[in-house]
Amino acid sequence: MSEKTYKPGNYPDLPPPPGTVGVYGWIRQNLFSSISNSLLTIISVVLLYYLIDGIIGWFFLDAVFDAESKIACRKIDDGACWAVITRRVGQFVYGFYPEAERWRIDITFLTMFLAFAPLLYPDIPKRKWLLYFSAFYPFFAFVLIMGGYFGLQKIEYSLFGGFMLTIILGVCGIVCSLPLGILLALGRQSNLTVVRTLSVCFIEFMRGVPLITLLFVASSMLNYFLPPGTNFSILVRVIIMFTFFSAAYIAEVIRGGIQAIPKGQYEAADALGMNYWQKTRFITLPQALKISIPGIVNTFIGLYKDTTLVVVIGLLDPLGIGRAALADTKWNGLSTETYLFVALFFFVSCFAMSRYSLWLENKLNTDKK
Amino acid sequence: MKTKMLLAGVTAGVMFAGSVLASTLDDVRARGKLNCIINTGLAGFAAPDDKGNWTGFDVDFCRAVAAATLGDADKVNYTTATGKTRFTKLAAGEGELLSRNTTWTFSRDVDLSQTFIGVNYYDGQGFMVPKALGVKSAKGLDGASVCIQTGTTTELNLAEFFAGNNIKYNPVPIETNAEAQELYKAGRCDVYTTDASGLYATMMSFDNPSDHMVLPEIVSKEPLGPVVRHGDDQWADIVAWVLRAMMAGEEKGITSKNVKELAAKDNKDKEINRLLGKDPLQGLSKLGLSPDWAVNVISQVGNYQESFEKHLFPLTIKRGMNALYRDGGLHYIPPIK
Repeated sequence: MSEKTYKPGNYPDLPPPPGTVGVYGWIRQNLFSSISNSLLTIISVVLLYYLIDGIIGWFFLDAVFDAESKIACRKIDDGACWAVITRRVGQFVYGFYPEAERWRIDITFLTMFLAFAPLLYPDIPKRKWLLYFSAFYPFFAFVLIMGGYFGLQKIEYSLFGGFMLTIILGVCGIVCSLPLGILLALGRQSNLTVVRTLSVCFIEFMRGVPLITLLFVASSMLNYFLPPGTNFSILVRVIIMFTFFSAAYIAEVIRGGIQAIPKGQYEAADALGMNYWQKTRFITLPQALKISIPGIVNTFIGLYKDTTLVVVIGLLDPLGIGRAALADTKWNGLSTETYLFVALFFFVSCFAMSRYSLWLENKLNTDKK
Repeated sequence: MKTKMLLAGVTAGVMFAGSVLASTLDDVRARGKLNCIINTGLAGFAAPDDKGNWTGFDVDFCRAVAAATLGDADKVNYTTATGKTRFTKLAAGEGELLSRNTTWTFSRDVDLSQTFIGVNYYDGQGFMVPKALGVKSAKGLDGASVCIQTGTTTELNLAEFFAGNNIKYNPVPIETNAEAQELYKAGRCDVYTTDASGLYATMMSFDNPSDHMVLPEIVSKEPLGPVVRHGDDQWADIVAWVLRAMMAGEEKGITSKNVKELAAKDNKDKEINRLLGKDPLQGLSKLGLSPDWAVNVISQVGNYQESFEKHLFPLTIKRGMNALYRDGGLHYIPPIK
């Protein structure tokens, strides 16, 4: 590199000295600024190489994607044996739902996005028409999944499982618990003693009991109290318990939002002569819900992940399907592959929910712009 | 007033739930399917295959009962249950039969109002060690560290066995079977102890199963068997005799391959004739079964030996106590006459 010399003076247009900018400059400043730093960098790169090489090797290069059994996998290569997933992907997704009827699940889940779109994205075109569909969707989904009407084969709930079960439990729980939670939050703030006491009792009871206890109540206790013959499927019972449980949490999150609204807002609403419902609809809730979005989504993600608890009452969610796969002598011992796959599914869905909540927060963030 | 009425309603409901409305066999026939409660997944006993069909030693028994009562082994709805929910599911009527490696004990039989109809698998607590340890008997385990699930009967059995033999040991408490496998593989404990069938299943999950062995000592009694509700003796008899028919099949050399042939001809052994419906079996009509019930069981599911070899031999489980009495095992069935 040729060194150029300058006479004393100001040279505002000169480029910065070489080696201080660009990729080269960044590397020099951050990775090789001193001898010890350079040594650490080299050691880290070597370690990273071995780590990444090992991980990529295990995950992809040495992995076996299709084989008859674990033993067959090991004969081909010594990396991950993804065959346990590829051979059972249908079970992981649909549980034991009959193969010939699986199109019903596909349609239900594809149309689910159509039904949710107008609710989640207010700017969508033709929103009004889509909203009619959203209102009609629960019935549509119920008939399609359960069957028994319009010549569709009736499917036993015991065949439900896998990701489909998680999504059914999660979506039903989330959709039902939000309105219930709002009502409970309003009830807790109400001036009517009966409403307030009932809401407080409900919320405190649900929050004071572990979810697993409620699931055992759903699976065992209710059977003793209901007369025989009332065939009230365990799926519905579990959804109700999930809804109640998360509604109690949602109610408290929203109450936090309601209490964060300055008193002046209520007084202004009173001064305008609004009645209770007008005040709630136009003043309280829009502000309270906006404040509570992170808390609400937090609760929903928690609920969604809690659906794996149904494994203790014998429902086969993805984790249960995974365990059952491991109990097959063909795949015995491939726990790492199975659990990683289930973890990936949960991560993707929870991450999507969290991203949506961020987007919504930014969109509704009117006062801090 | 309202509360009182509600209470009365609930009480009536509970009382109804306790009483039997119609015979279990009629319920099953009316539905056209048997509801069978099975394990959520236990190697060799109940696990779904790649196509989603449940298979296993316990599942075979559900299929056998369906074959006997409905004539078709495939007419079974499987309901999965964990160890904690199995008895309530049975009591609540979610299934007519619990075939889920359940240990027969006094309190489960008497206190929970259930009927254990027999033993289809004699299990017991055993010890697994790496062969490299060089131990040939559990009595040579002095000073060993033992992985043990806390809060189970195995913990108590272990303490009793080692105290009885004056052996010192070092317990490594763990919560779940999966955790135990990891600790054992990592060498954190020298010995893993649980039911022997579970030990074999765990061993098969290792990459080199032949590096490990199960020691000969079995330190507890775990007779596993199918369970039905109290109160319907006809149904209990059906289930019990289906199990015995499978064992009789092995005893008399009736297999899924030759059963049709044996049923068609007049055999010298009249017991075969009675079992397969050639000669009348007195009292069969009281069970409500058709004469070809045992033919259906053995032709569609197989005899006890076939079921055992199909599902438990891959786990390297030997017949041992589960052989017929004439081969030195414990299965001894009453004569079919």
